[in-house]
Formats: sequence, C-alpha cells, structure tokens
Amino acid sequence: MRHIIPVLAVWACSGLVPLQTPLRAEVPPLLAIQDARIVTVSGGVIEKGTVVIRNGIIVDVGAGASVPKGAWIVDGKGLTVYPGLIDALSTWGIPEAAAAVPTAAGGRGGGAPAAPQAGQAQTPQTRSWGPADRPGTSSWVKAADQVKTTDRRLEQARGAGFTSAVTFPKSGLIGGHGAVINLGGESNGQMIVDPSAGLFMNTTPGGYTGYPSSLMGIYAYFRQLWIDAEHYRLAKEMYAKDPVNIPRPEYDRALEGVLESRRVLLPASNPITMERMVKLAGDMKSPVVLWGVVEGYRMADRLKQSGTPVILNVKWPTRERDADPERVESLRTLEVRDKAPTSPAVLAAAGVKFAVSSDGIDTPRDVIRALKKSIDLGLKKEDALRALTLSAAEIYGVAAKLGSIDRGKIANLVVTNGDLFDDRTKVQMVFIDGVKYLPPPETPQGPGGGAAARPTESIEEEQ
Amino acid sequence: MRILTLTLMTASWLCAQNTIVIQNGTIHTVTKGTFQGSIVIRDGKIAEVAEKVMTPPGARIVDATGKHVMPGIIDAHTHIALDSINEGSVSVSSMVNVAEMLNPEQINIYRALAGGVTTANSLHGSANSIGGQNVLFKTRWGQNAEGLIFKGAKPSLKIALGENVKRSGNPQGGGFQQGAQQNLRYPGTRMGVEDVIRDAFTRASEYQKEWKEYDAKKARGENALPPKRDLQLDPLVEILEGRRLIHAHCYRSDEILMLMRIFDEFNIKGVTYQHVLEGYKVAKEIAARGDGASTFSDWWSYKVEAWDAIPYNAAIMHKKGVLVSLNSDDAGGAELMRRLNTEAAKVMKYGGLTEDEALAMITINPAKQMQIDKWVGSIEAGKDADIVIYDKNPLSMYAKVEKVFIDGKEYFDRDNDITERPRKEAEKKGLTEKEREIEKKSAPQTRRPS
Repeated sequence: MRHIIPVLAVWACSGLVPLQTPLRAEVPPLLAIQDARIVTVSGGVIEKGTVVIRNGIIVDVGAGASVPKGAWIVDGKGLTVYPGLIDALSTWGIPEAAAAVPTAAGGRGGGAPAAPQAGQAQTPQTRSWGPADRPGTSSWVKAADQVKTTDRRLEQARGAGFTSAVTFPKSGLIGGHGAVINLGGESNGQMIVDPSAGLFMNTTPGGYTGYPSSLMGIYAYFRQLWIDAEHYRLAKEMYAKDPVNIPRPEYDRALEGVLESRRVLLPASNPITMERMVKLAGDMKSPVVLWGVVEGYRMADRLKQSGTPVILNVKWPTRERDADPERVESLRTLEVRDKAPTSPAVLAAAGVKFAVSSDGIDTPRDVIRALKKSIDLGLKKEDALRALTLSAAEIYGVAAKLGSIDRGKIANLVVTNGDLFDDRTKVQMVFIDGVKYLPPPETPQGPGGGAAARPTESIEEEQ
Repeated sequence: MRILTLTLMTASWLCAQNTIVIQNGTIHTVTKGTFQGSIVIRDGKIAEVAEKVMTPPGARIVDATGKHVMPGIIDAHTHIALDSINEGSVSVSSMVNVAEMLNPEQINIYRALAGGVTTANSLHGSANSIGGQNVLFKTRWGQNAEGLIFKGAKPSLKIALGENVKRSGNPQGGGFQQGAQQNLRYPGTRMGVEDVIRDAFTRASEYQKEWKEYDAKKARGENALPPKRDLQLDPLVEILEGRRLIHAHCYRSDEILMLMRIFDEFNIKGVTYQHVLEGYKVAKEIAARGDGASTFSDWWSYKVEAWDAIPYNAAIMHKKGVLVSLNSDDAGGAELMRRLNTEAAKVMKYGGLTEDEALAMITINPAKQMQIDKWVGSIEAGKDADIVIYDKNPLSMYAKVEKVFIDGKEYFDRDNDITERPRKEAEKKGLTEKEREIEKKSAPQTRRPS
C-alpha cells in the first residue's frame, strides 16, 4: 500500500499556520521520489530515477533503485532533484544577524570591509592598548549556540533551494566559530551538522577603539594571538606534567577559542590580499579558507599552487548607482567589474576548489542568478552546481554528510520543475533531514510590493 | 656543419639573451667619476664599465650617444606603495610591519620608476614614538609584493620624535573629544617621548635577558617554560643586537641630542636621522656617532618644529662629515620622488657641492645608510644593474628619464609608455561602453501606473 503525500491539503492548511512555524508535511519514515531527473553532482545525472530516503538519510539512489515496501511516494515526473544548496558563508540561522547590513566584501587593497553587526552598536566600545586586551575578539563564541529555527530568513533561503549553510558569528575582528547547519529542524540543536566549521576573521576594526587601528596592526594582532595561543597550549601541557616547576597558566577564553579552531576564514578580495592571507595562515600554521573573493579570475594559479579553497563573493561589483558621470575610473577598476563574473569559470578550469556565499546578496535567489551570469560567460553548469553543493561540503569537511545525492548522506534535497539556473524554474519542495518543506508564497516584487500574500499554484496544478 | 652553426647560434643567442650593452653615453658612476663610455650588463649585474668595453656578439645594444647614464636613484624615505602607513593607536607599535602592506599595484611605484627611482625605503609613519618595521624594495613594476622586496637587506624600524608623536596624547592637540580623555595616548610632551623610547628599550633588554636565562636553564637540562614571544619587543632586541637599523624622524637639535643619549645608553648603532632639519646645528655630534642624516633640500615651515631650517643643511652636514642623503617623504602621489635628481641639484646651488657629491646624496649615500651599498648606489662592476638613462645631464631640471633598468631588466621606457597610451585609452573606452550597454539592458522596465 503506497501513500501519496497530500500536498494540496498541506498547502491549504499552510495559510492558517503562523509564518514562524515551518510549513511541513507529515514526516514519513520511508519516502521515495520516483521517476525524477536526478542530478547527483557526485555521479552525473540520472535522467529517470528514484531517490529513497529512510529516517532522513538517503538510502538508495539510481535509475533502477527499487521503491521499498511501505514507502511514501513523491511522483517525480517532470521534476528535477538536486542536492540541497549550501551557502558557504552565511549568517542564516542566527536571528541577531538578520538586522545587520550584508557584509559585502569589496574595495581594493585592503581587506573586505564588513558592516557592523547587530548588537555591536549597543556594546560600549572599549579602548584597547594592545594584543592582551583581545580587541574585537570573540573566539569563544560559537554559531552552534546561537542558531535558532525561528530565524525568519530560513524560509526564504529554503524557497530558493538552500538546505544548508555554514553560518558564522561575524562581529569584530574574530567573530567566532562557524557551524554547518541545516536550514530547518525541530529544535535548534537539530539544525547543527557540524558545530566546528572554522573561525571567522575579518580585517575591519569593530567593537573597540585603539589598537589595532590599521590593517597592518590587525595582521600583527592576529600573529600575536596565535603565538599566545601556542604558548598557552605548551604551558598547559607542561603544567599538566610538572605542576611543581611550571607555573599554572592563566585561563584565557580567547586562546581556548583559538586552539579549538580547525581552520580560519580570512578575507581576500584580490590577489594582493590573497598573498598576504596565505602567508598569514601559513605563519599561524592553520588551514585557511579565503572568503569575500572578488577578483578570483586573476588568483587561480596561486590558489591552485597553495591549495587554498575560496568562497566567492557573487555580488558582482557594479558601477556605483548614481555615480558622478564625469568620474574617470582606472582601467583596473573597469577590468575588475568586467571580469569578476568570469571568476568561477577561471577557478574551475584551474582546478581551484571554490564555493559561493550569500554574503552581500539581497535575496538567496540572487546567488543562483549571479552564477547564471557566470554560466552565460562560460562557466559549466556542473561546476556552478558543484560550487553550490559538494565543493562547499568538501571545503568544510562535511562531504560525507552533505553535498551530493549519494547513499548514506543526509537527505537534503531540492526538487524543482526545471533547470536550477533557469530563472523561470520554481522550487517545488525541499527536503531537510528527509523532512519536506514547501517554498514560501511569493510576494510581488518591485516598488510598492508589500508582504501581501498572493495565491500560489500547487504542484498538481503546475503539472 | 649546419648543426654546428645552429648550436653556435643558439649558444650566442642564449648568451646575448642576458647581455645588454649601454653604449657610448656620458656615464656618471658617482663613485668612480664621469666619462664617455659603455656599460656591459650580464645576468642582471654590471659586468664591465669603461670607456671601451668588449661587446659580446648578439648582445642587446642600447645606444646612449648624447645621453647621460647614472645609477638608479635610491629614496631613503618614502611612504608609497603601502596599504597602511601608521598604527597610531599606541606609542610603541614595533610589532607592525609595513612590508606586509606593500601593494605592488599602486601606481606610485611606476611613477617613481619613471622618475629614475629604482630602490625605495617605504617607512612606517611618524604617528608614534616607536613606529613599525619598514620595507626596502625595488620599483620592479609588474611583480608581486614578494618580487619587489630588496632581498638580503638589513631590516629597519621607524622611530619618531616631536610634534607628531606627542600630539595624540595632548588634549590641546588634534583628535580630542569630549569624554574621550581616557582614550588619550601617552605621551603628551617631548620629555614623555624620551621616557617612552627609553622604557621600550629597557623592556626589550629585560625580554632579551629572559630568553638568555631560559636558554641557560635549558642548557642545564632544567624543565622550564620558554618565555612568550613578543612581536613588539622582538624588533627592539634586534636593534640592541645590531641586527636592525633605525630611521628616526626628528626636527629639533635638542631632541636629536636627547635621542643620541638614549642610543648611547643602549649602545645602539646604525641610525639615520630623518628630516633632521636642524641637523646643521648638531652635525658634529651626528658625525661623531657615525650616524647618517636624510633630509630635504629646501622644504620646511610646514609646522613649528620645521621653522629653523636652511637650504644649506645638507651641504653643512656633509662638510662636517655626516653621511647625507636626500629623500622625498612622499605618501600620496610620488610627487617629489619623480624629481629627486633636481633635489640633488639644489645642494650644488646651496652649499656649492660637486656634481658627484650631489648625485651621491640620492644614490650611494642612501645605499650606505641602509647598508646596501655593496649591491646598489653606483655604476661599478659587480653591482646590480640598476641604471637610469637621461636625455640630458640629470642635474638639469630639463632632464627626462628615457629608460630605467633594474637588475638588468628594462622596467621603464618613455617611448613605450607614450605609444601605449592610446591603446589603454581605447581599452578603457571599450570597457566603459560595454558596461553602459549591460546596465541599459538590465535596467528595470519603467512601469506606468495602471
């Protein structure tokens, strides 16, 4: 006996449910999406196949995958199943960050400027006199402790096909530890896939006055902090062995946080900053992921050589709106704006591992649109999709759980009615841990477009 | 036979690849006189310089007939090509290093190159008593930051005195806001500056001792925790141990003497006084310590401590036995840096120095101050082929730089620059038009109210 998920019924109910509550169908323990086009990412495309999910895990996938007895069925005819998309540098899930202005990396020469985060303005700014004051540092903060299922942005993200994000506390110089999260769950804790994704670092002073007040001061501070942490580690180790001769080290939460870090995320919009950051990470003896990368098209060789993965900023640079028409711009600036969208293709051709982020982007869907622009400029669709899925998972060491449609992975899927990069395509449903979520009702766009709900077609009507 | 010819041709071609002969120019060697002659450059080094040289077959010939050839200019004090210059939040910021901020794409590098500068010493600013670590680089335009760095040179640190460094600590000075008093930085007076510098070197000595004690304990086989590395004190210890030079920003003679007393206390050598506008008053004392002075030809009165200045400063110090150089102190636009040759010419007018003495102040003298004179600063066999070709005598204000070689590689050519301009303009125009086109296409359709 097979059941068809009563999509229409759920849809109808959804209007009655307050928006804060995720719109979810009943959770079947065993589910099969049958006869769909399956883009596995890891193993090519299955034109007509079946994905079987048991208890939130993909247990079978293939053209010949059989539907187990008792499974609920989603009729996949006319649908395409992709692995759930991953935002590789996000604040989704941290409600406090929602109010903050996007941290678009940009500008040249310096690091990527970031906007102050919510909550930061209220904290009194302390005067830092040196590295010992740990300026702008919250290396003990963990995104995993801050994520909430109630973040209103989750629904919008899911609506664009995102099922996971690597989310970071971003305030100050060292924001804290990121977490790989699923963009839905029964409880806050259930959202966490990996609580230790890396330490988010930035080069824009925030949350303090005084030292370091310059970019080079920030580099020097980072170096000293890592030296201190290494000394702290050694002191604890030696004290444990010889508490009589070795003085008891003073507890330091900032250094504890640094020592817990598995990798660091450093901003590098252009090749100059990239060289600096690769060297800095080398001196800190830490694996590094560069974020806020804008000029990736001229960083490929060095990235490949140093084996450094990057998170591209896909808010492609454009001319300032209402810019002075008389302004003479340098050839370099014009070139950056012209070539930045070609970065994914250049990096893919060079074999550099890259993912993309919502950093600086207005709506989640714009991440996909930005990549579409790159596809039009020569990026292969597979590479674009890989950046949104498996590459992100690999960069953060969670590829065994996320990033492709494979047996054993978490059942995070996005089901569409066509090609993901076609703007007319609609996300029909997403699965997170095997739980189905429906996209939020669309709101009219353009000026004057409020939050007024508009009737949305059900899946059945579409087909 | 044909194979042999080919082999020979390849061999001579390979040889010629790395050989350039600058022929028949007026050569200002700076250290070995001026004469009509030629220079052979091989593998980036000056191989031979003489009236008559041996020109290998296949060498690239640069005809310098009627032209003037001099060593690449060395600017002992500039701030170009840096993404940040001052860490002004604290009075001792020796942990920061401007080398890390070197921006190889900053256009000032090219401008300086076009003005004949081949080596530049980009310093930390003068916002605090002990500033940051400086960077010495060659203007190898087109290379990355690593490729610019002057390899093998002794590192240096900036120290500053006087108005700039005491200003941020003084409520009457700049930057004072209501309620921000607790954020003020010590010192607020010149005596405070002295205290800060003495205190820093005292702490550095203690830190040095701590490490020595640890090494001794370890040698005795005791279980000891090593001291924590302190990036602020490391460079100061290097100074105490003679492994790092000092560039000290100063104006007034009294504070120059004050600084000398601190240096004597800690037995610090390898100092070049920067700006040093009142250097003519203490030239004897500077010479006695064997320190250098890097000044301006006729730039002063921009603040109170820069009033008691004279254009004879460089010449007087030179005649009293001080090693003197002239610098640009450029930060924004490489403005003075592009005509350091005319700055040098001024010391002939004010002070009556010879052509060689004048040129030395922008070549071999700064090289000696930075202890890089074994590589650069004059046209001598064995040195780096850092060479500038002028159309006229470089000490003439009408002289223009025609070609610049660094390590035997041509980095600037005036004719190329001029012929390249229309192509670059066209490229810019093309990109601008393309962008406007895309903007037009993607602009939202204007909607009429219904």
